[in-house]
Amino acid sequence: MGREAGGALSARTVFQARGLTKVYTMGAVQVHALRGIDLDLYEGELVVLLGPSGSGKSTLLNILGGLDTATDGEVTYRDHNLTSAADNELTEYRRQHVGFVFQFYNLIPSLTARENVAVVTEIASTPMKPEDALSMVGLGDRLDHFPAQLSGGEQQRVAIARAIAKNPMVLLCDEPTGALDSATGVVVLEALERVNRELGTTTVIITHNADIAGMADRVIHLSNGLISDIRTNESKKAPHELHW
Amino acid sequence: MKTLDRKLLRDLWKMKGQAVAIALVIASGVATYVLLISTMNSLTQTRDRFYQEYAFADAFASLKRAPDGLKSRISEIPGVAQVETRVSAEVKLQVAGFYEPVTARIVSVPDFGSPVLNRPYLRRGRMVAAWRDDEAVVSEAFAEAHRLRPGDSLDAVINGRWKRLRVVGIALSPEFVLQVRPGALSPDYKRYAILWMGRHSLGVANNMDGAFNDLSLTLTAGAHPDDVITRIDAILAKYGGLGAYARKDQMSHRFLTEEFRQLQRSADIFPTIFIAVAAFLLNVVVTRTISTQRDQIAVIKAFGYRNTDIGLHYVKLVALIVVLGIVAGLGVGAWLGRGLGRIYTEFYRFPYLNYQVQPSVAAAAAAINLLAALTGTLLAVRRAASLPPAEAMRPEPPADFRKTFMERLVPQRILSQPTRIIMRNIERRPVKALLSIIGISMACAIMVAGRFSKDAIDYMVEIQFRRIQREDMTVTFVEPTSRKAVYEMRRVPGVEHAEVFRSVPVVMRFGHRSYRTSIRGVEPGASLHLLLDEQFRHITPPRGGILLTDYFRTILGVRPGDLLTVEVLEGSRPVLQVPVSGMISQFIGLMGYMDLDALNRLMKEGSAVSGVYLSADSLHRHEIYRKLVQMPRVAGTLVREDEIRNFYETQAEALLFFTMVATVLAATIAFGVVYNSARIALSERGRELASLRVLGYTRGEISYIFMGELGFLTLAAIPMGFLIGKGISSNIAKALESDLYRIPVVIDSWTYSFAAAVVVLSAFVSGLIVRRRLDHLDLVAVLKTRE
Ligand SMILES: Nc1ncnc2c1ncn2[C@@H]1O[C@H](COP(=O)(O)OP(=O)(O)O)[C@@H](O)[C@H]1O
Ligand SMILES: [Mg+2]
Repeated sequence: MGREAGGALSARTVFQARGLTKVYTMGAVQVHALRGIDLDLYEGELVVLLGPSGSGKSTLLNILGGLDTATDGEVTYRDHNLTSAADNELTEYRRQHVGFVFQFYNLIPSLTARENVAVVTEIASTPMKPEDALSMVGLGDRLDHFPAQLSGGEQQRVAIARAIAKNPMVLLCDEPTGALDSATGVVVLEALERVNRELGTTTVIITHNADIAGMADRVIHLSNGLISDIRTNESKKAPHELHW
Repeated sequence: MKTLDRKLLRDLWKMKGQAVAIALVIASGVATYVLLISTMNSLTQTRDRFYQEYAFADAFASLKRAPDGLKSRISEIPGVAQVETRVSAEVKLQVAGFYEPVTARIVSVPDFGSPVLNRPYLRRGRMVAAWRDDEAVVSEAFAEAHRLRPGDSLDAVINGRWKRLRVVGIALSPEFVLQVRPGALSPDYKRYAILWMGRHSLGVANNMDGAFNDLSLTLTAGAHPDDVITRIDAILAKYGGLGAYARKDQMSHRFLTEEFRQLQRSADIFPTIFIAVAAFLLNVVVTRTISTQRDQIAVIKAFGYRNTDIGLHYVKLVALIVVLGIVAGLGVGAWLGRGLGRIYTEFYRFPYLNYQVQPSVAAAAAAINLLAALTGTLLAVRRAASLPPAEAMRPEPPADFRKTFMERLVPQRILSQPTRIIMRNIERRPVKALLSIIGISMACAIMVAGRFSKDAIDYMVEIQFRRIQREDMTVTFVEPTSRKAVYEMRRVPGVEHAEVFRSVPVVMRFGHRSYRTSIRGVEPGASLHLLLDEQFRHITPPRGGILLTDYFRTILGVRPGDLLTVEVLEGSRPVLQVPVSGMISQFIGLMGYMDLDALNRLMKEGSAVSGVYLSADSLHRHEIYRKLVQMPRVAGTLVREDEIRNFYETQAEALLFFTMVATVLAATIAFGVVYNSARIALSERGRELASLRVLGYTRGEISYIFMGELGFLTLAAIPMGFLIGKGISSNIAKALESDLYRIPVVIDSWTYSFAAAVVVLSAFVSGLIVRRRLDHLDLVAVLKTRE
């Protein structure tokens, strides 16, 4: 399976997960969030991760992004083995390669839009200017506003600018439109799509909204900790063509 | 500036109220530390410099009379470096326009050249000219008290003869930094003077021509003072030696040393309290800040900030608050130190005071505080830094509430819903509640301990001057005199009653320990000067034994029933074995008391007395004084009321200073703890309280929930503060107890009330400040945002 680009597929593999398992232990109760995931993600593709609440999407994304570690199985990012990496190696990995977008934006309330982006660019090796990143998401004129002065959609776009500003290799978005109405959601998705298209950033978007799947190269279904289906979109839709 | 640092400053600005409250507590700690230590160091340095430049002696001795030739024998004692012999005399003085009895110690200075040891520092005028018998140099404190200037004159009764002395100079001496009359509690600048006169004239006037009665010396490096003293005592025994003593037992030096000990002890205790409270407050505030910033920390970490970056971020936050406090504290401490230094120079007479805050003191204060604050917050910061980002992103688990112990005890319907909420909040975090209580109680304790010395002094005065010393005056004779002298006293108009006493200088020995003091012989049935046993009941010395001040238990290890060895330093210098028949309460000094006849018999001297206690009609006071000055056998007169008044006058300023400082500091702590608890409670429960408001609870009910908790903590803290305050007071008292004085641990109920009032008031004010915010809770915002 894979993109129709053909050729040396394995050379373009960004993530490779084999038998990935995650068990949360809460007292006597064990929650199997992931039950043995095998998955490859390729360079430059935009993947939508679909599935009902509690199916393990966030857990998978967090492990891919080095925010969490697997209980069993293996994940590699290019030539880095994430499963065996120590905490400081994961930190280094996130610092160099990953951009995150969270459902609740998670902006730092005491920093302006520009500063929220600068927090990340200051520690990146080849960042863009915070102003440029904010322009890319259409907020070039809101640089000095604090999160409290921005709408939900604008805050989420600041979060996207923050995620892309360091020119990451991968962009991981956990329900980026979950807290937004559909019109605002479209604006946010457009921003993500543009980054994926123009910068070639491998992008994973979690949603439980099947309609969003239309903009993906591939759609991966998760249910109950397992991949139930992987589908390649023959014709991608632009975000503004999506409705929900 | 790094973006994270900008966040830091904005976070700090948002919590400025709390930051300032904590900085105030730190500032208080630093200020007290700097105040006490820098004052102590400055005084120590000044003292050492003064001692060195003006050749303060290492050992001293007084004796009855020895020929000048003896000096060379003393110089030959191994370990003795320099020796100076002097003539010294206790005299009565009369100052124009001052009708109370004044005594003075006159010490001789060489007619040619300056003294080798204990050189006076001439503040004004000149030293006495050679051979002049009508010139004197006067100590500065006395001169100031009477506005004496070079050129003024004084009348002195030297060895029974009136002599008019012209003041030619004003001086200070390392020997008399503190001018306390022997046996007195505090310096009395008006009624006790130090005078310097030429050796020749003073010698002639006292039948000491070619002789001396006072000796001081310095030791060579490495010499053992005790060995030298033993040898000197052996030599001087024949000449009526009253026992040589080392510098550490010299009066002025001892008082200074005690004062430094008190400063040091206070510097150990009070700043420690502040530092502990500050560390606790910082811990609470940082823990709270970190918990509200959990998701921010998670995001920052998700983007690749390292644990050390996160840790450093919060360390900087703590450091900024602490540095703010330290800088303010250094400033205030130096300022207060200057004030305290000035108060001390009233008391302790140095020619100069180099007050300065040594950089090392400032550095120590800064380092200790910073370290304590960081240690206090280390755990919270560590936890924040090591939180896995995925976990940190999730909101904190909801608090775990249970029905409280109280609720299970008390039937439900008695407690209102708000009261139940208050109790659950306290019971849910018992440790934090307890620490807050301890914190507030420290405020109360500082107030109690800060005012304790005043209460103790009042009590000492009450016991010493109202219950023990009931005589109006104590008259001492130049020499032991026949008991008949009492009749002469009774004839003085205005004298109502007179009782004699005998005072004998002795060395007491028990086991291998010894102590130089005096034994007082009193008449049975005396009504003026009473003795109190350890339960403060009247007691009279039995004929066959001696009563000792209770502190002799500690000093010599004697107990009633033991046999005490007494070496008399007067007359035929007998060595006696006397059974100890009981102990008496006495806060000031150490003495033995015997029946007068029994003492006379032991001394084999017939009916000799050393002085009389008088009660007198206050209307005739001045006439009595005038008569007493004229009686040749009278060496000096102590007036009880003057002693009391002088005692309070000399202590007043220092007491006021310490009370003021303690009050401000206590208020700071109370405010710091209560305000911080309130702000944190508000941030933790603002949503809950706003939700209750939305559900229809009134402002009053909300305030009750909120303030009720603070009120509970404050009230619970007060009794604990009393206990801690009393503990600190007895610790200080215990540390300071010595043969000079013992401070009773007595705390007035007024002090307790005052301490409680200061704490309640500070708590109330900080509650009011926070209540303003409570009244403006944004109900809508609370319901919209997620926690
Ligand atoms: N920290 C955790 N502790 C215990 N269980 C967890 C934890 N995080 C997630 N889970 C459980 O793991 C399962 C998968 O969660 P998650 O990956 O968040 O699902 P999704 O993002 O698809 O809604 C759920 O059943 C959830 O309750
Ligand atoms: Mg999820």
